[in-house]
Amino acid sequence: MTLTAQGIDFAYGERLILQKASFAPLRPGQLTALIGPNASGKSTLFRCIAGLLKPSAGEVHLCGIDLSTLSTRQRLKRVCFMPQFFAANAALTVFDVVMMAQKDLSGWRVTPADMEAVGQALNSAGVGHLSEAYISELSGGQSQMVSVAQALIRRSDVYLFDEPTSALDLHHQLSVLSQIKRAVAERGAIGIVALHDLNLAARFADHLILLGQGRVLAEGTPAEVLPQDNIATTYGVQIEITQGPRKDLTVHAYSS
Amino acid sequence: MADQTSSGTPGVSDIVSDYQRRSWRRVSLVVLAAAALFTTIVIDIMTGPATLDFWRVVQVVFAPGSASPKEALIVWDLRMPVALMAVAVGAMLGIAGAEMQTILNNPLADPFTLGLSSAASFGAAVAITMGVSIIPGVGGLLVTVNAFVFACLASGALFLFTRLRGVTPEAMILVGIAMLFTFNALLAFLQYGATELELAQLIFWQLGSLARATWPKVAICVVVLVVVLPYFLSRSWALTALRMGEDKAAALGVNVTLLRLTVLAGVSLLSAVAVSFVGAIAFVGLVGPHIARIIVGEDQRGFLPLSALAGALILSGTSIASKAITPGIIYPVGMITSLIGIPFFLSLILSQRKRYWQ
Repeated sequence: MTLTAQGIDFAYGERLILQKASFAPLRPGQLTALIGPNASGKSTLFRCIAGLLKPSAGEVHLCGIDLSTLSTRQRLKRVCFMPQFFAANAALTVFDVVMMAQKDLSGWRVTPADMEAVGQALNSAGVGHLSEAYISELSGGQSQMVSVAQALIRRSDVYLFDEPTSALDLHHQLSVLSQIKRAVAERGAIGIVALHDLNLAARFADHLILLGQGRVLAEGTPAEVLPQDNIATTYGVQIEITQGPRKDLTVHAYSS
Repeated sequence: MADQTSSGTPGVSDIVSDYQRRSWRRVSLVVLAAAALFTTIVIDIMTGPATLDFWRVVQVVFAPGSASPKEALIVWDLRMPVALMAVAVGAMLGIAGAEMQTILNNPLADPFTLGLSSAASFGAAVAITMGVSIIPGVGGLLVTVNAFVFACLASGALFLFTRLRGVTPEAMILVGIAMLFTFNALLAFLQYGATELELAQLIFWQLGSLARATWPKVAICVVVLVVVLPYFLSRSWALTALRMGEDKAAALGVNVTLLRLTVLAGVSLLSAVAVSFVGAIAFVGLVGPHIARIIVGEDQRGFLPLSALAGALILSGTSIASKAITPGIIYPVGMITSLIGIPFFLSLILSQRKRYWQ
């Protein structure tokens, strides 16, 4: 099972967002980080893969199947997409919203197995103590963790997380990314995480895709991609890479 | 805000039993509301110039053979249609309001926000002041049919606009408000030229009255409910998901545009029928869903039935009050809904810590 994108074009009216975006096959069990500056088209690429946006050209293949041949509903069963924002002032509890993802929009009856699954998902996401809290009462970071739990409870072949750590503190950034990485590895799924923090990308990702102005500029392992010059030019910063105390790559960025 | 510390993390079984407890509470509240509704229906039938006692009413309703001709006339012909009409219309407005608030993501939305009731009032005014029927040959139902046709025209126009400008809540609300003012202006135009008698008739129609209830009208309401409600119930999860935001719902596989349009069609039908039969009864469609939301939250599996029941209870209670305040006089229900509903609603708001109706 692999996921590939070939020559994806997408434009909002006149404004080109993606231009011939392609990436080499992504392998199951691996976590890929999609990196790139603001407005480089990361969310749009995710939406094109999930089928929420229709690219004007290009194809996305999963295990050799052109995903555009599937219905939106079927496609979203195979590709689980977690959008970046959820603004919710709804009178729904954390348990309710995760249950909604567990039931996948069908069947009124909630079985004991469903409840057990939701309880476990909440606990392993570290939000078990919030289970009966209304989502309108959550902080930004808490709702992000709930969102991740909501995505991970679904069984899909591909998981797309749009900036799952943007509102989290250091401790929770690490724990959420470890959770995602573990889930992807255990399920043999294909995981892509859009990240702003290159150090987190270096630490957790097996594979990096660098997106700049709607094009894929580089792809490969962190050790291959991070030292390249185009990282610096894409972000418009100077970059030094050092090795941390645990053989991890650390990215230092300087504005000039 | 809830506690962030992970110390004292509850076990899975605690989490599950909390949820189960809440589910049971939801079910029992729905059952309780249904029982309360049954009681108000019986009280509604009891109340009036010739007083019957509670058990006698229950007997006459469930065993019509045991009634004297006079009792049968009072219960079956005079009071039952009114009592059941109150329940049906209340439920229709409650459901319409609940789903309107859901698809428009706006807690202030109700069937009247989109201009449906002013369109209906205008239709009624055309019938009353000019005697013009939009559909010929309806005879005595002239006012009702006109009101219905105009309410449908208003929602048709709304549909057309959403086709042109995209199905966003903002566009829908703005077009709805434009329609509201257009029909209000047209209505004022007709009122200006109306005779005193017509004006009195028109205002009486607008105040809303259950006195026009008949068995066939009750049957039509029930048919509409039977058609629309199962569809809404079958879309429960999708509608619940919509409350997490359009993006999130779409990511879960909800076709948001299609859902909004079909639910809008259902809501339009419900409110057009309700308004054309009983006149503009404000408040029920707004407050019924809010009461349900405050009590059980917005999981549609509880929210929708309880919104319907809350709407039905409000209107059934109103029907009782409209007869009981001054014996011998039946006040228009439109006036009373607000008067008895608001104190209850305010007390609910004040007693709530959470502020999720914002």
